[in-house]
Amino acid sequence: MSIVFYLLAALTVAGGLAAMLLRNTVHCALALTVAFAGLALLFLNLDAQFAGFAQILVYIGAVAILVVFAILLTRGSETPKDGVFSRSWLAGLAIAAAVFAVLGWAVLQSVRVLPHETAVPVVTVQQIGVALVGRYVLPLEIVAVLLTAALIGAVIVAMHEKEEHK
Amino acid sequence: MTPLAGYLLVAALLFSIGLAGALTRRNAILVLIGIELMLNAANLNLIAFWRYGPHPESLTGMMFAIFSIAVAAAEAAVGLGLVIQIHRHAKTTDLDAMNRMKG
Repeated sequence: MSIVFYLLAALTVAGGLAAMLLRNTVHCALALTVAFAGLALLFLNLDAQFAGFAQILVYIGAVAILVVFAILLTRGSETPKDGVFSRSWLAGLAIAAAVFAVLGWAVLQSVRVLPHETAVPVVTVQQIGVALVGRYVLPLEIVAVLLTAALIGAVIVAMHEKEEHK
Repeated sequence: MTPLAGYLLVAALLFSIGLAGALTRRNAILVLIGIELMLNAANLNLIAFWRYGPHPESLTGMMFAIFSIAVAAAEAAVGLGLVIQIHRHAKTTDLDAMNRMKG
């Protein structure tokens, strides 16, 4: 376990915590971007260059911008007077803590059988491209259809209904 | 502790943070942010298992993570479109205030 891993893990977890705890919604979106960047760096630290840069492009470049747009369009930056947490926050926190306890227990139980440091896999973009149009061509096509459907669906869902204003 | 266990623990922590946020925040957009964090934690697991698995050259975990990123992007677009439409209809994104199925 290198010092780089601990730094990146701390950055990612701090960004996630801030995204869920801050009161101002715009600050939450910015903290979310920090968490996404930390995750991308963790991917790069795991020698998954393609996934790391895809994470930067898709999450920091697109999803974070979409979230900021949605916050500004819904005037969500105004902090509500009666708190940012729901009335049943204690139950939600208890469920999340229980989930973390189970997951952490499972990981710590299986530490003995988890593999140790292995050789660094050498993966070129060419290999990924060949795999995408070879073995994984059907999922690729399905994702293409899904993205088209999501694009059209998001436009239709968010489109103004003109009839209401006549 | 092996490196894989460290990554799995970070992913579990991030998943729990996202779950806690999705269950406790009142703003619908922040609930979506929590769901995004959970999806990202799952991606970190996939990449970590790919890196420390027995056959990293077969690219299975990496491909799964890449497809998962694409699906999460589609989910974010549709989810935020729904939030904008709900805000236009109900004039609020406060989930505690949205307690009616109709109108």
